[in-house]
Amino acid sequence: MATNASTFVRQSMLEPKPAPSSQTGASHWIRTRLFATPKDVILTILALALIAYIVPGMINWLFIDAVWSGTDRTACATVIQGGVLPDGQSGACWAFVEAKFQQFMFGRYPADERWRPILVAILFIILLVPMLIPKAPFKGWNALALFIVLPIISFFLLIGGFGLPHVETPLWGGLMVTLILSFFGITVSLPLGIILALGRRSDMPVIKTICVVFIEVIRGIPLISVLFMASVMLPLFLPDGWTFDKLLRALIGVSLFASAYMAEVVRGGLQAIPKGQFEGADSLGLSYWQKMRLIVLPQAIKLVIPGIVNTFIGLFKDTSLVSIIGMFDLLGIVVLNQSDANWSTPVTPITGYVFAGFVFWLFCFGMSRYSAFMERHLDTGHRH
Amino acid sequence: MAGMALNSDTPTSRKKASSLINDPKARGIFYQVLTLALLVLFVWTVTQNTIHNLQRANIASGFGFLDGRAGFDIGQSMIAYSSDSTYGRALIVGILNTLQVAVIGIITASILGFLIGIARLSRNWLIAKLAEVYVEVFRNIPPLLVIFFWYKGVISALPQARESFELPFSSYLNNRGLFLPKPVFGDGTWLLALALVVGIIATVFMARWAKQRQMRTGQPFHTVLVGVALIFGLPILAFLALGAPLTFDYPVAGRFNLTGGTVVGPEFMSLYLALSFYTAAFIAEIVRAGIKAVPKGQTEAANALGVRGSDITRLIVLPQALRIIIPPLTSQYLNLTKNSSLAVAVGFADVMAVGGTMLNQTGQAVEIVAIWVVIYLSISVTTAIFMNWFNARMALVER
Repeated sequence: MATNASTFVRQSMLEPKPAPSSQTGASHWIRTRLFATPKDVILTILALALIAYIVPGMINWLFIDAVWSGTDRTACATVIQGGVLPDGQSGACWAFVEAKFQQFMFGRYPADERWRPILVAILFIILLVPMLIPKAPFKGWNALALFIVLPIISFFLLIGGFGLPHVETPLWGGLMVTLILSFFGITVSLPLGIILALGRRSDMPVIKTICVVFIEVIRGIPLISVLFMASVMLPLFLPDGWTFDKLLRALIGVSLFASAYMAEVVRGGLQAIPKGQFEGADSLGLSYWQKMRLIVLPQAIKLVIPGIVNTFIGLFKDTSLVSIIGMFDLLGIVVLNQSDANWSTPVTPITGYVFAGFVFWLFCFGMSRYSAFMERHLDTGHRH
Repeated sequence: MAGMALNSDTPTSRKKASSLINDPKARGIFYQVLTLALLVLFVWTVTQNTIHNLQRANIASGFGFLDGRAGFDIGQSMIAYSSDSTYGRALIVGILNTLQVAVIGIITASILGFLIGIARLSRNWLIAKLAEVYVEVFRNIPPLLVIFFWYKGVISALPQARESFELPFSSYLNNRGLFLPKPVFGDGTWLLALALVVGIIATVFMARWAKQRQMRTGQPFHTVLVGVALIFGLPILAFLALGAPLTFDYPVAGRFNLTGGTVVGPEFMSLYLALSFYTAAFIAEIVRAGIKAVPKGQTEAANALGVRGSDITRLIVLPQALRIIIPPLTSQYLNLTKNSSLAVAVGFADVMAVGGTMLNQTGQAVEIVAIWVVIYLSISVTTAIFMNWFNARMALVER
C-alpha cells in the first residue's frame, strides 16, 4: 500500500512558470506606466508633445546649429548682425566659451603663473579623492593634510611668497574663486556651526542667548545683506590704517552665513539623539567635550549628513552672489565677458549662462549624489 | 572623633577651593562672565572704531537723512514716487516692491511646486521623469543665474516694441516688459471692496457652522461651493448693481513704443519668474517627501471603508502630509523672500536695491544695514508666526 501510494508523490519540485506575457516585458510596462487610465493616456500624450516641442529645438541650438570654433564675434553672428552665419540661424556660440575658457577658470590671474592654481587643484584632488572613498586608510592624516596643510600651502602658492611673484587677489577670478570661497566656507562653517549648535543647546543662559541671537539674525537676513555688511561695515569697524582684502571680506561673510545654517542642521541631529545617550555618557564620568566628541556628535552628524550636504550645496550656489559686490567668481566673470565688444552677439549671453549653469550644476549634482551614497553607506540600521 | 574635628578645618577648606573649580555651576558662571566680558570688549572696540571712522569721514550718524531728497528714479512703484520724494518714501517703495514680488512669487511657486511634487509621484513614468528632470536642474543651479537667464537670455531677446507679441485681452509682450490693460475704477469702488470683505466674513462663519453641523449630524455641506459663491458672487452682484463702474485703459501700439495701460517691467518679470521656478523645485521635493511619509495603510484603510478616490486625497492623505510639509515649506517661503534681494543684480527696486543706492549717495552704512536687518527680520518673524499658527491648527491633536 505504502509503496503504491508513494508512486503518486512527486519527487522533485515543479519549475516555477514564467509570469504570463501580459504581466511582463515592455508591453506590460508601457500599459501600466504610460497608458494605465484614460487620464494617463492624455498626460502621456501631453508630455510627449512637450518633449517634442522642446528637446529637438534645444539639441539643435546646443549642438547642431552651434558654432564650435572662431576667433571673434563674426563667427557667431548672422549676416545682418555683421557676421558670417546665414540669417535666421541661431545656435550656441561655444567659440566664445573656448576663447574665454582660461578667464572663466582663473579670472585675470597672470597667464605665466597659472600653473600655480592648477598645482593647487591637483593637490586638492589628490587629497580629496581618498577622503571621499570610505575604505581609504589614514583618514585622520588625510583630513589634517586637506583641511589644515593644504590651505596654508595653497595660500602661499596662490598669493606668492618664497620667491614666487605676488599676485593680488583682485586678479583672482573665475571657477578658482568660486571653489576657494566654497572650500573655505565649508571648512569653517562645519566646526563653527557645531560650536554654535552646542552653544544653543547649552545650559548657560549667556552663551545660549548669544548663539540664538547670532543664528536667528543671520538666518533672518539675505546673504547679500551679509555680504554688503562685510564689504561696507567691516572697514568701519577696524582701526585706522587697517585694511581688509576684498576676498577675505567675502570669505568671512560667506562662512558666517553658512555656519548659522549649519548650526540649525546640527541642532536637528542633536535633538534626535535620545536622552539616554547623554545620561549614559555622564554616568561613565566623561567630561562635556568627551561626551560630545565620542558619544553624541558622531551619532548626530551621521543623522544629518543630507542636511549638511544640502547646506554645502547652498553655500556653493550662494558664492555666485559675490559677483554683486564686485568680485569675479565664475558667474561674475561670465557676465563681465559678455560685455566684451569682440564677442557681443545676441547668443553670447545665453551661451555664457548655459556654460556657467552647467558647471554649477555638475558640482552641485555631484555633491548631492555623493551624499546619497554616503547615507546608504553609513546607514547602520538604527533608524526608527 | 575629636581628632577629626580638630583637623577638619584644613581639608574642608582645601576641598572647598578645589570643589569650586570642579563645580559645574561655578565653572559655568566663570565661562559666561568671561564670554560676556569678551563680547562687551569686542562691541566697545568696534563702536569706538566706527565712531572714530565716521567722524573722520565726516558722516553724521542718525536717521535724519531719511527726510532728505532722494534724487533717483524708481522704475516700478506701487505708490506715487518721483525723484523729488524723500529717502524715507523711496525706502517704503522698496519695501512694497519686495513684498509684492515675494507674495506673488510664493503663490506661483506653491502652485507649481505642488503640481511638480505630485507629478514626481505619478504612476505615469514619463510625467514622473519630467518632474524629476525639472527638480534636478533647478535645484542645482544658483538662483542668481536663473534670474540672469530670464533677464538677459529670454526677456531681452524678445522682439522690440514695434514687433511685440500680441496676447489675449489687448496685452502685449516685448523686450520692455508685459503691457497689460489698466483697470480704471469709477465711483463706488469701495462698495466692491466692502462686498468682498462681507463675502469673506460670511464664508468664515458659514464654514464654522457647516463643520459644527457635520460634527453633530454627520451631514456634509457644500462649504467650498457656497464659499466661492459668497466670495466672488457678492462683489460681482455689487459690481452689476452699481452699473459696472469699471473701464480699462488699453495699451496702444505707437510708433516706437506702447502707450497707456500698465507695464510689468522686465526686471520684475525676470525676478518673479526666476524665484518661482527656482523655489518650486524645492517645494516639489518637500511635497513629495510629505506625501510619501503618509503610510500606505492610511490609503488602504480609506479604500476599505469605501471612501471615494478624491476624498481619500482630500480628507485622509493631504491633512496628514501637510503636517510634515508645513515647517519646511515655511522656510522655503522665507528663502524666497530673502532671495528676492537678488533684485539688486537686475536693478529691480526692492528694499535692498533702494538701500544700496541710498548707501552710495549718503554713505550712511550703519543705518542702512540696520534698516535692512530690521525689515528682513520683521518679514521673517511675521511669516514664521503666521506659519506656526497655521501649523498648530494642522498639527496632530493628541490626547
